[in-house]
Amino acid sequence: MHVASWFQKCIEILIFYDFQEELVVRPLHSGDIYASFQFRTLWETDFMRGNKVSHYRLFPKSLGQVISKFSVRELHISFTQGYWRTMQWGQPYLPSPPGAELWVWFQDSVTDVDATWKELTNVLSGIFCASLNFIDSTNTVQPSASFKPLGIGNVTDHRFLRYATLPREIVCTENLTPWKKLLPCGSKAGLAVLLKSEKLFHSSFHSQAVHIRPVCQDWQCKTTSWELRQTLNVVFDLHNSGQGKREWSLFKMFSRTLTEACPLASSSKIYIDITDNPEGEQFELSPATSLLSQAMVLGDRRTFSVYDLTQQDTFGSVRSLNLLIRWKSTEGDMLRPLLHAERYVAGYGLQTGEIHTLMYNHHPYRSFPVLLLDSVPWYLRLYIHTLTVTSKGKDNKPSYIHYQPSKDRVRPHLLEMLVQLPPNSVTEVTVQFERALLKWTEYTPDPNHGFYVGSSVISSLVPSTVAMDTNSTRERPLFSSFFPCKEESSYFVRVYTEPLLVNLPTPDFSMPYNVICLTCTVVAVGYGSLYNLLTRSFQIEEPSPGLAKRIANVIRKMRGVPPL
Amino acid sequence: MFLSERRRGQLAALSIAAVVIIVGVPLWWRTTETYRAWLPVSQIKELAKLQLQLSADVEVVFARGTVTPEQQKKVPLTQTQEEERAIDGDLIILFLILLIRNTKLESKFFSCHVLFLPEDTALRYSTQADLYLLAFQDVNVYIGQRRTALLRIGPQMRVGKTLEQLLAHLEPRIKQVLQVMSFSHNDITAALSDRVRFSPDNKESIADSMRAFKSSPGYEITFSLLNPDPKSHRLHWDIEGAVQTYIQPLLTKLSPVANFSIDSQTLYYTMLGVNPRFDTSRSAYTLNADSLAHVINPVEARLGSNAASSNPVLNFLLYVPDAQHSPLYIQGRKKQEVPSNAFHSPRWGGIMVYNVNGFYGSEPEFPVDINIDMAKVMGVFLAQLRLLLGVQSSTPPPGFLVARCGSTGLADWELDRLMWSRSVENVATATTTITSLAQLLDQIGNIVINDNIAQQVSSAVTSLQLAVAELEAGNLGFALQYSKEAILASEKAFFDPSLLHLLYFPDDQKFAIYIPLFLPMCVPILLSLLKIVSEARQRRREKQAKKD
Repeated sequence: MHVASWFQKCIEILIFYDFQEELVVRPLHSGDIYASFQFRTLWETDFMRGNKVSHYRLFPKSLGQVISKFSVRELHISFTQGYWRTMQWGQPYLPSPPGAELWVWFQDSVTDVDATWKELTNVLSGIFCASLNFIDSTNTVQPSASFKPLGIGNVTDHRFLRYATLPREIVCTENLTPWKKLLPCGSKAGLAVLLKSEKLFHSSFHSQAVHIRPVCQDWQCKTTSWELRQTLNVVFDLHNSGQGKREWSLFKMFSRTLTEACPLASSSKIYIDITDNPEGEQFELSPATSLLSQAMVLGDRRTFSVYDLTQQDTFGSVRSLNLLIRWKSTEGDMLRPLLHAERYVAGYGLQTGEIHTLMYNHHPYRSFPVLLLDSVPWYLRLYIHTLTVTSKGKDNKPSYIHYQPSKDRVRPHLLEMLVQLPPNSVTEVTVQFERALLKWTEYTPDPNHGFYVGSSVISSLVPSTVAMDTNSTRERPLFSSFFPCKEESSYFVRVYTEPLLVNLPTPDFSMPYNVICLTCTVVAVGYGSLYNLLTRSFQIEEPSPGLAKRIANVIRKMRGVPPL
Repeated sequence: MFLSERRRGQLAALSIAAVVIIVGVPLWWRTTETYRAWLPVSQIKELAKLQLQLSADVEVVFARGTVTPEQQKKVPLTQTQEEERAIDGDLIILFLILLIRNTKLESKFFSCHVLFLPEDTALRYSTQADLYLLAFQDVNVYIGQRRTALLRIGPQMRVGKTLEQLLAHLEPRIKQVLQVMSFSHNDITAALSDRVRFSPDNKESIADSMRAFKSSPGYEITFSLLNPDPKSHRLHWDIEGAVQTYIQPLLTKLSPVANFSIDSQTLYYTMLGVNPRFDTSRSAYTLNADSLAHVINPVEARLGSNAASSNPVLNFLLYVPDAQHSPLYIQGRKKQEVPSNAFHSPRWGGIMVYNVNGFYGSEPEFPVDINIDMAKVMGVFLAQLRLLLGVQSSTPPPGFLVARCGSTGLADWELDRLMWSRSVENVATATTTITSLAQLLDQIGNIVINDNIAQQVSSAVTSLQLAVAELEAGNLGFALQYSKEAILASEKAFFDPSLLHLLYFPDDQKFAIYIPLFLPMCVPILLSLLKIVSEARQRRREKQAKKD
């Protein structure tokens, strides 16, 4: 009977809580390597009810408390060091802008969203040891269209959404440690063993994120649960970490090998992207695995070799798994990403300037709409009448523009627009701005370094490359391939541009003291002469004798003659 | 009249000096002054002396047959007992005891039922089952679960004694009862531990007072299940049910004292900071009492602070040792085994070691599923919780019998006791905070005092005065409420960030900045004043010489 009840309990636990871990490795044609970790924790709970007593098992308590205290519906936070080079590396699995990014959907029961948001950022900055407490009303916006909830629930009233970026945020070990602490196994077992900070931060791109959202437990959505996704993306550089050799292994990347899965994980897998390498002509993978998996990723049909860590035979006779990827040829090229964007500041001098945003559509024959979101700090005063959108030399009128002007020291500019990108084109968005003069206490500690402006966000449904391939008769029967299938025809992608570094007119900071001294001196000089005039007594004086007369007198004195 | 040129110059210099002194200096002073709102300094100084009067009302009911009807009529209506105790200089505590002859029972008061109970009549008289206990000959005082105590007087006191003698006999014992049920000198000293310097001889009471958490408007209780070995043990604990059954009744009872919130978590791969030693004689691992101090630190890093509130956290850890270090026992100082296999850390929480190797069976197949016996665990945690919250179970004097606490885990008078000491502690803490803030503001002149801080300070002072008054009147609930408000307001004022704004802008820098203005302005004024003075002196001397 005991065994039966235990068994039942086990089933219960399996249903209520679930933990999965996963590592995807994508060898890049540049010789770099992209590794993406995902850890997913599910917590079945009725999140809409204000439940006071809370019991956590796999879900981290600190985040659970944050969710329930601040009535958070969805929370997405990312810390990124380095910039994702879309043209070299393709699209990332989870895009993120350089620095810190935080966007939160609150539940509609929250009355004072701004106060809750302020408090939430302070608490999160404590949890993640980051400077999220610098998020205030001057860098927070409420995007109307770009950031929709990713979980269940159809609240789209953007009054409950807050979005902020801190492009200056430096990400380092102190952010990784609390992030690892949120994992049920910590860094003691499973894939998280590989996360050693001295290797992870010795890379050209590092991004770690936490995504919390409500999801359905079953297809009827009778029960709901919280999903916590912790992701970590890292790109190791061929020359920096790989010593120039086109050969990668788990040990070379992370200076660790794998010996076991996290015992709490219901699934623990490593995927290697071998789509470009079906016959093994590009690189060699060892140990070999017969397990293959196909998935639609970013509009492309990809093939992966799968290593299941919950199976003992994955580790072989040496009881440790050290995946090895050895490149054979340096040829071959990557499919260019269909959408990519860049941004820069033009102009000269310290008074005005111009922001240029370039959006590239590389699709040969299809145009698609993109949503561009720009959040510009108030000290760059945008001249919105100078906004131009041109593609292929012609004016391209956005079909939707949402513009919220800034208020000095209160809120930033928010510019959102829906632009149609013509096929195979570059669309340029320009807007002029004027640099504001700050008060002397508003300058950052190193003002001559410049001021950061967060990345633009481009969200779009991009036609997939599978649909582009019109004569894909290799795998599919003819009857299925005439009309493009809806699910495969387009995919959602979010592209972040570079953050901008703008110089503002910077004063000499000893100026206030100089000004005080100068004014005081001027006042003192004026006062001194006035005082002199008022207090001196004036007397008529004999006009003094001329120079010749004085000289004559001196001579006369020497001669002993009375003076003139 | 035509002034001489010289005279006019002197007058001009004098009037400029006058304008600078009368208009310029005050103007400069006013414009560069820091804003300092008015604070009720005199009231704070008065509070700093902390003259507390505590009073507890007692109702003494004589049971039928204890006193004769004539005596009953003569019993004074009220009688006030005062006791002055000075604790560390200026703190004066007055104990006020009211004796009321009323036979009506009111739950608000402590009541002492004085009974005359010859052995044979005990059972006949009693209507409550509790009274039965008094029949045991060595129990003279029985303290019930509510606010009632029963006193027995022996037969020798009954026969032929006057009422005065009876009262004189009862008085010390009622006082004793009160010390158990409301507050004693030690409790108050412990509550005032922040203000009172202990003499080295009462170390025991320091340890006692250090064990309980400081008074706070709320507490977070966290139960953590530590499973360092999830590969071998799959642990299941029904914490929801256990909290509902064991902890919640106590907390509901304690809700007038503070707000409590409970949560629980399971932590994997958490090791203790100490390697247990293997004891071959018992074929078990042991942790020494001396090494327990090092156990907590590495665990605490994983526990995580409470992100959502700033209330103190009470941690209760259930540690299931890994399969290689099992069973694990805690050894006391005298090498004896601790029966509960648990220990607590003052003002932090408790840890219990739960051995599971009994569940392995003959041939264990890892991972083993284990259901934790929550009744056993919660018994230990409940006892630790009582200790940490300061519900003292001091040993009663001989001859006293204290009723077992019922399902709530807390008798009414125990709650009262806690409320007494909490109110006194809150009052003491708030007074200390507000006094030191006032001192600080007094000493450092260039701290800005905003209106909002001044308002917080005065509301803290008002709440404190109210709390003191309510304590005097014996209204415990209100006293506690006001003392909590006082603490909140005083801390808010003390930690207000606006106090720091100009702290790093000292006076000498201010003067240094104004020197380019002051120096050229003052030098000619001073010189001409000196000249005028010396000329005046010269003239007087000449006049003197003329006269002579």
